[in-house]
Amino acid sequence: MQVGLFVTCLVDLMRPRIGFATLKLLERAGCTVVVPPQQTCCGQPGFNSGDRESGRAMALRFLADFEAFEYVVAPSGSCTGMIRCHYAELFPEDSALQARLNALSARTYELTQFLVDVLHLERVDSTFAGSCTYHDSCSGLRELGIKKQPRALIAGIPSAELHEMDKPEICCGFGGTFSIKLGDIATRMADNKCQDILSTGADAIVGGDLGCLLNIEGRLRRLGDQHTRVLHVAEVLAGPEPEGD
Amino acid sequence: MLLTSSSFKRNVRRKLEDPSLQRNMKRFGGRFVEARAAVMTEVDNLEEIRVAAAAIRDRSLANLDSYLVEFEAQAQARGTQVHWAETAQDVNRILIEIARTNGVRKIVKSKSMVSEESGLNDAVAAAGMQAIETDLGEYILQLAEEPPSHIIAPAIHKSVEEVAELFSEKHHTPRQTDIPALCREAREQLRPHFLSADMGISGGNFLIAETGSVVIVTNEGNGRMVTTLPRIHVAITGIEKVLPTLNDFSTVVRLLTRSATGQSITNYVSMLTGPRQEGDHDGPEQSHIILVDSGRSRLLGTELQQALRCIRCGACMNHCPVYQNIGGHAYGWVYPGPIGAVLTPSYVGLENALDLPQASTLCGACQVVCPVKIPLPELMRVLREKSFSQGLRPWHERWSIVLWRTAASHPRLYAGLTRLAVRLLRRLGGKDRLLHRLPGLDGWTEGRDMPAPSGQTFRELYRKRKS
Repeated sequence: MQVGLFVTCLVDLMRPRIGFATLKLLERAGCTVVVPPQQTCCGQPGFNSGDRESGRAMALRFLADFEAFEYVVAPSGSCTGMIRCHYAELFPEDSALQARLNALSARTYELTQFLVDVLHLERVDSTFAGSCTYHDSCSGLRELGIKKQPRALIAGIPSAELHEMDKPEICCGFGGTFSIKLGDIATRMADNKCQDILSTGADAIVGGDLGCLLNIEGRLRRLGDQHTRVLHVAEVLAGPEPEGD
Repeated sequence: MLLTSSSFKRNVRRKLEDPSLQRNMKRFGGRFVEARAAVMTEVDNLEEIRVAAAAIRDRSLANLDSYLVEFEAQAQARGTQVHWAETAQDVNRILIEIARTNGVRKIVKSKSMVSEESGLNDAVAAAGMQAIETDLGEYILQLAEEPPSHIIAPAIHKSVEEVAELFSEKHHTPRQTDIPALCREAREQLRPHFLSADMGISGGNFLIAETGSVVIVTNEGNGRMVTTLPRIHVAITGIEKVLPTLNDFSTVVRLLTRSATGQSITNYVSMLTGPRQEGDHDGPEQSHIILVDSGRSRLLGTELQQALRCIRCGACMNHCPVYQNIGGHAYGWVYPGPIGAVLTPSYVGLENALDLPQASTLCGACQVVCPVKIPLPELMRVLREKSFSQGLRPWHERWSIVLWRTAASHPRLYAGLTRLAVRLLRRLGGKDRLLHRLPGLDGWTEGRDMPAPSGQTFRELYRKRKS
């Protein structure tokens, strides 16, 4: 099965090891993974800031890079949500283009969704050890219905324990450019999330979207917490990589 | 109501640093959320009812002109006088005219958010008449000289202790913190007003076109007093509140009370259809209704029309993590939360409420609970697009977006720029790999560190691994 990996701009720039963890998971599951080198961003930062043109330009870029693949997988519910729920509506004037975008969107999946719902994977081989708590990122949860998939996979790791936090579904305050434009509110929301995380006593906070994780990690560290690990679900499922890349 | 939406960011800062507000909001916390979730389990076809309710509201709005004309004819046939207010000022003018013609000196009011839009109480006072709020929350706020902070629980930002203090000071009574005792105290204060008022003002949750009725959905019973005891009753409500039939109302009300307070039904559901008729035991001698446009008709036929479906349950704000942290006053006008972020710019002008559509992470919690399926995040995005295309956003925001779009559309340029950026940020991150301050991103770094990137992009590393 041939899969195009849409690594997403945040993972590409901020934490490449999530991209490699994703690659490893897909290859272990028997996929042939291709990383189109021209890929950039899904366009969401501009689109959500009111620049429709950002969305349109990136939708066309995505189509050019990924239309040839049987499946497309991204380690992000937010970017996948942008593609699946918003790309086609950006071109109301061109129904042929809409049809192509709809067809491509329909075979574009968030990582855990792809592993569980498409590949029907029941367990992954991971050396991750410790307790973790899972934050449901908003777009993945509400646009794509991702809730059970990451939990099912984590439950299959023998040395991992999942402790649910209070209100795992409430937003962490990231919201893309919101986190900068209205930093006061974003910080307070991140703070509430951190309190819920810390109350579980888990070793690691795990999520499926790097944006949320950067927001949570940024607040945890500012609060002086240096030991709670902040991990993408791909890192947990693939087993931790050595630090440093 | 005084508009302070343009200083939203300043309002937010003040509210986040207000310890009593923060305490009260935490206490309020998930009460409505939990009550709603619990009561919705009674309804086994919730999604079907939501779809039906949204369709009813869409049908009402698509034929708003004819339903309003039908409502007017039916209401008049039953003796109600119908007045049309194009602007907020018209509302005050019409009301004062009715009051003056009838020699009114004292007015009792049940809750009406629409009357907040025009600052009716101040206008009435300026005209030499007295208007007394009788909804407990609104009564508290009138004593405290504060605006409401929630559309169904207007004084939710206040604690019992604060109310106890206020009552003791304003009523000159001993301070008491027992809630039933406080309610009794308010009741004792209000009763003489109910009995001596010349006019009662209410809002209207719905207008029923086929019968010419105004429906009010309440819990406290003050609504019944206000609409039946004084010799004149005036209902004030927005033109969008019309429903074609009583049957439609029976569908929508199933969702209204459950979504609002988590009740299967409220204590009172009143259908007000004209003044007292021969043989009636009670009711006003005159019945009036003021139908308010004040910006609503401008939304018809636009993408924002969907916001007019709103039945004012407040579920969107109850579930909004932004509202939960800053409270309603920060939004700076009558309607807070997600629906306010759409309605306020639409009614008072986008340039006067620029930050409101931005005041959301677009997390979607509001859309999931909206009983009439208003796509609130999408509507906030529509307003963001208007702000962007009309050049209303700050220049640095617009330029960053255009720069990002341009770079991301040119993969080679993007590769070059991102290689540079991640190396620079890696270096700035230092040994602990955290950026504590980042010029231009103060909004982030004031309250959070930024984890530094690892120094090379995934695409670079991938290419190296491949070769």
